[in-house]
Amino acid sequence: MIEFDNVTKNYGGNTGLNNATVHIHRGDFVFLVGPSGAGKTTFIRLILKELEPDSGTITVAGKDITHLKRREIPHLRQKIGMVFQDFRLLEKKTVYENVAFAMEVVHKSKKEIAERVPYVLNLVDIADKADRYPHELSAGEQQRVGIARAIANQPRVLICDEPTGNLDPVTAMDIMKLLEQINIRGTTIVMVTHAKDIVDRMGKRVVAIENGRIVRDEEGAYGFIQEDEVKNFSHGNLSSYDEGLSFDYLEEVEKYV
Amino acid sequence: MSRVTYSIKESFSQMWRNKGMYFTTIAAMTAMMLILGLFFVAFVNVNMFTQEIEKDYNVIQVYMGEKNDDVANQEVQQQLQAITGVDSLEFVSKDQALQNLKERWGDNAYLLDNLKTNPLPDSFMVYVNDKDSASTVANQASSITGVDDVVFYQDTIDKLAKVTHFIEVGSMVCMIFLVVVSIIIVANTIKLTVFNKAKEIGIMKYLGATDSFVRAPFVLSGMFIGLFSALISTGLIYFIYTKIIEVLGTDIAKIVSVSLVPAMDLVGFILATFAGLGVGIGIIGSFISIARFLRK
Repeated sequence: MIEFDNVTKNYGGNTGLNNATVHIHRGDFVFLVGPSGAGKTTFIRLILKELEPDSGTITVAGKDITHLKRREIPHLRQKIGMVFQDFRLLEKKTVYENVAFAMEVVHKSKKEIAERVPYVLNLVDIADKADRYPHELSAGEQQRVGIARAIANQPRVLICDEPTGNLDPVTAMDIMKLLEQINIRGTTIVMVTHAKDIVDRMGKRVVAIENGRIVRDEEGAYGFIQEDEVKNFSHGNLSSYDEGLSFDYLEEVEKYV
Repeated sequence: MSRVTYSIKESFSQMWRNKGMYFTTIAAMTAMMLILGLFFVAFVNVNMFTQEIEKDYNVIQVYMGEKNDDVANQEVQQQLQAITGVDSLEFVSKDQALQNLKERWGDNAYLLDNLKTNPLPDSFMVYVNDKDSASTVANQASSITGVDDVVFYQDTIDKLAKVTHFIEVGSMVCMIFLVVVSIIIVANTIKLTVFNKAKEIGIMKYLGATDSFVRAPFVLSGMFIGLFSALISTGLIYFIYTKIIEVLGTDIAKIVSVSLVPAMDLVGFILATFAGLGVGIGIIGSFISIARFLRK
């Protein structure tokens, strides 16, 4: 579904992504973890074609997008649903209108919109608040609307950029259950997160990025900042990360100490 | 909802939300079109006046001295005929000249009835073969004894040509100014609207909206600014010009025997030109303001 082969992207001397190779298959649920500035955002922006890679090839839904023409980008993005940490709902539109908006901008018919919007609102369990405005909703409810909007056009891939970042742990788990349901229905999900507990509990595939490199790609736990490693780190002995540690990484460690 | 209705609806709603700003923009553009339009109206009239006069370009009027009798007139006539380039002559007696003037003044001719003596001299209308020889013929005619004054239209036409040229240059400067300033004003107005909708545009792009779809409402708003300005300014020009014709038109006709160009003849052209100009400016202005935004 998403294939990165030896992809490198530099920003004027700073490494965004360094020779990264990741294959995400159809129906996968993948966590993208790593310290801030490690290259997670670069990874997502490359998928969305907001950035052009310096080298390597990127394929999304069977199409090589490495040198995609500008006018073909909208078509690519219609295959990808985006869920944001800050929800990014339009304040002046109701829940219903926010979801319908996603379909309007890609020229879906009135009939399609009238059928699909109630269906997805029901799916994310927010149908009873269809006429409310975003500011009248809790954070968790707003994120449900954000997810409803992202899946309105039946994308092949859902990219979630820290979708639980603004949510309390209980609400976050509800959102994770919702994403899992969507995944079970066949949508590939790539989720960027710092939430170690969530990653550990979900037990899905984890791709870890650090300094632009893919440092780990396996099923299971967050793995990045295990408590024993933090202990080792404080003793100046962090065997699993003997490559240079970035300042961001230190910050990340401190969060968990 | 179809793309077109969506774009039109969006464009009107964003204009309504920023109505103060859009009103100011339309007012500024209208003012500039108004100035340009009045220049144009003046130009058309002077131009027509010049053309009317050029028709008489091959005529030289030779006025006799007041005391000339028939014998003297005949001598002058013979000498005039001898000048190379003269095609034919027509004698206009002083009585005939007064009659002609009365005809031209029409209802106001009674003013001439009070004259005790006829102040008009005898004259010859000298027709020349070709317009270029008019000035040499006029020179030679004025040196004949018994000839008091020679009038031909070269001077007038030269002066009018200068006026026409001035108006032309003025219109061009005005036009360039109008276009540049309007583009800047429209671009700024649209840019502020774009900033107001930055979040919405960002989301639209993530959702896979095409550039042209994102751009459409803004371009339409720009076009509407141009179109409204064209309509209002053309209406104002029509109003002002018909007033001018009402006040001056008939009097001018008496004095120079040329009437002003009818307002209706000009309105269609002005409206079409301004609408085209306005819409063009709107499109360019809005494209400029959203281009950088879309590239992000």
